[in-house]
Amino acid sequence: MSIGYFPGCSLHGLSREYDESLKAIAPALGLELVEVNDWSCCGASSAHSSSHLLGVALPARNLAQAEDQGIAEVVAPCAACYARLAAARHEIAGDATLAGHINKVLARDFRNSVKVRSILEVMKGALPAIGSKVTHPLKDLKVACYYGCLLVRPVEVTGGYDDPEDPSSMEAVCKAAGATPVKWNRRLDCCGGGLSMSRTGSVVRLGAAILKDAKAAGADAIVVACPMCHSNLDFRQKAMAQRGAWDGEMPILFLTQVVGLAMGLDAKALGLGRHFVRTDSVTTRPAPVAAGEVG
Amino acid sequence: MGSHEHSHEHSAAQPLATRIQHMTGLNPLKCYQCGKCSAGCPMATETTTRPHDVMRLVARDQLDRLTDADGLWLCLTCETCTSRCPNGCDPARTMDALREILAARTNGKNHNAIRAFHRSFLTQVRNHGRLFEMGLIMSYKLGGGPMFADVTTTPSVLARGKLGLAPHNVKGLEEIRRIFEACAAQEDGA
Repeated sequence: MSIGYFPGCSLHGLSREYDESLKAIAPALGLELVEVNDWSCCGASSAHSSSHLLGVALPARNLAQAEDQGIAEVVAPCAACYARLAAARHEIAGDATLAGHINKVLARDFRNSVKVRSILEVMKGALPAIGSKVTHPLKDLKVACYYGCLLVRPVEVTGGYDDPEDPSSMEAVCKAAGATPVKWNRRLDCCGGGLSMSRTGSVVRLGAAILKDAKAAGADAIVVACPMCHSNLDFRQKAMAQRGAWDGEMPILFLTQVVGLAMGLDAKALGLGRHFVRTDSVTTRPAPVAAGEVG
Repeated sequence: MGSHEHSHEHSAAQPLATRIQHMTGLNPLKCYQCGKCSAGCPMATETTTRPHDVMRLVARDQLDRLTDADGLWLCLTCETCTSRCPNGCDPARTMDALREILAARTNGKNHNAIRAFHRSFLTQVRNHGRLFEMGLIMSYKLGGGPMFADVTTTPSVLARGKLGLAPHNVKGLEEIRRIFEACAAQEDGA
């Protein structure tokens, strides 16, 4: 299946391993990623915190680019990009006045025809393909699936592909990869998002609570599907330790890396070496069982 | 879904709740102070203006108190409040509208670092079309952010190939700049 691909700024910068790992697993999932031509920043929380119209217009420009390319639906792996693109589509569809303003600002004939999908929605749709491609099931790997804020809420924007208070799509993908999701409490709590630079203390407090809860639930690693969640939980573990908020080493994996490992892909191809907290405990696991022993 | 009178077709003389309603199509007076929003707010322990306090201050037309309060700037826009509001008040969207109103006030004494971050972020997008992270770090520090925070961690980020040293300019940069200008003009009541 061909699907539009909106990488977003983080996947070309701080979280390039998310881009690398998604591209590495896409063929096996039957996904042909068609990058949106000359895509631009979605504006993230800075745009909509400053101007509502700008917060809609910046993502709308990208939806217009995709529309001009003949793309029917687009996947945005970053949770913030996904939320901004999906919210723009939702708001424009429900407000003729706003739609008029946006067409005027964009100076294009924009029909708002492109559907926006989250990575979880796409991976959930690819579950049968994932199951059939797993050669190295992550047996005995206990994972804490962390959704954070914007992947599943608000439900008016997401269209309800998963439950906003009790989601299950990430656990389903991890199970298909052979891992064992743990039950824990903080999978929908916010990691501190965009305050990472401007108010690091808050991010340390919120992130450490998430790490401690995952550890207490017996998780070997936390699985995320958002570059900001990844950065705040992986990169900021050092700041948490320096401030005495956390003293462990919890590997933080992108969901795409989990699936890639289960497919037997190389850790380097999946960008695992780019993480701040080492992932050896996950990658140097016992060799898979011989073919004859597989169920 | 009825269309709302978008943007600033309202005046500062109107009650705050009316201004918000014109901007968002939502009626803040519907809030019955159940506090469910604040119960789920990740920043509730760090502020005295939690989401339900903000809704109350809007209803009481207390823009000055909101200007001085930190809650609006600490908001992570995580949408938990909006998801849990039993009455469809959408506190997250209401707080966006309030930040928009207050951005025009230059005397906001609180949380200059967070506001400086937003300004730096948008400057990067306006100049390049995409976020240039290295440029954001520099511009944020020079624009009011903490100058020496993260100086020790930046090299380790570079070593992992995570920070580009040169910006990537999108081809449609003229269009991006036009969007910024058109949005500003629209919101000035053009």
